[in-house]
Amino acid sequence: MPGQLKEVRSRIKSTQSTQQITKAMKMVSAAKLRKAQDNIIKIRPYSKNLFEVCQHVLANETDLSQVPFLQQRDTKHVLFILITSDRGLCGGYNSNIIKLAKHTIQEKYANAQITFWHLGKKGFEGFAKFQYQQNTDFKDIFINYNYTQVSKLAQKAIEGFLNKTFDIVDVIYSEFKNAASQMPTVERFLPITLQPATTKMKTDFIFEPDKLSLLNALIPAILTNKIHKAILDAQASEHGARMTAMDKASDNANELLKNLKVSYNRARQAAITTELTEIVSGAAALKG
Amino acid sequence: MELEIISPEQKLFSGNVYGIQVPGISGSFEVLNNHAPLISTLSNGSIKILITEKQFENLPIQKGVIEVQPHKTVVLVEQ
Repeated sequence: MPGQLKEVRSRIKSTQSTQQITKAMKMVSAAKLRKAQDNIIKIRPYSKNLFEVCQHVLANETDLSQVPFLQQRDTKHVLFILITSDRGLCGGYNSNIIKLAKHTIQEKYANAQITFWHLGKKGFEGFAKFQYQQNTDFKDIFINYNYTQVSKLAQKAIEGFLNKTFDIVDVIYSEFKNAASQMPTVERFLPITLQPATTKMKTDFIFEPDKLSLLNALIPAILTNKIHKAILDAQASEHGARMTAMDKASDNANELLKNLKVSYNRARQAAITTELTEIVSGAAALKG
Repeated sequence: MELEIISPEQKLFSGNVYGIQVPGISGSFEVLNNHAPLISTLSNGSIKILITEKQFENLPIQKGVIEVQPHKTVVLVEQ
């Protein structure tokens, strides 16, 4: 009996210390999530204005057949830019993205050649055993993350598309809805689809140097912005997912502790009862 | 005129100015109030914000786009 008591006690202790860790991790994630959300808000003015400028350029009818970024080709070689996290302990965050990637390949690109560019360690680990071409140049992008790096990444992807190495470029990442829910998403990166302007613009713009070269300069900026946004979304999602996972873990620890305490008390009571019975029966024996 | 300079990371400038000088793709040019609507790409160089006629600030850029509308000018830059 005393042996069991001790065992239960040590289990309670270890559960408590685990719970302390998960609680702390939840707090850290909550703080990081706020920062990540701020970052998402910060890029909005830029995205909005970039979109507007593009709309103005597109407003007056343009012949878009000359824009290389719009070129639809037979799908022979697909590039996936897979955005996952570097660290685990965030519930199904990474595995959901990997699952979605596998699913997309099966559904849409079963006959195409696939290349992966990994952003984040977990995606790379998830696909390490597969026979796809993998590129890890940007795997560590999250360490010292900045816009210049994204720019380089986008540039390289665009080059790949323009020199016909890739016919389709997709970005797979987790879209940030709110702290509790993230949506793994596949987003078409190239060829880009440009929505024609909804309303006719009143102003007649002078285009310098000309519309086509303007578009050719604007589209890479839009694409870079798109990846940047995807990465920021992914980061916010990661912290959100980790926060939820750690919250659940803390709750589970509580549940476990409750049960352990019940069995601890039961064991203690049993020990006391046994002891009492021994004393009483001992006394009874003495009385004879 | 109203001027906004925005980079992906932050708003670099916002306010009323006298004019702005930018490194256009085919040469540097200046935009003052009531300039005709214009969209142009910018090349590597330096933006000169003319806060008043004589007072100015410089801002180096990598590349960017300028959009001039009758009362508002927006410059999007990548640094």
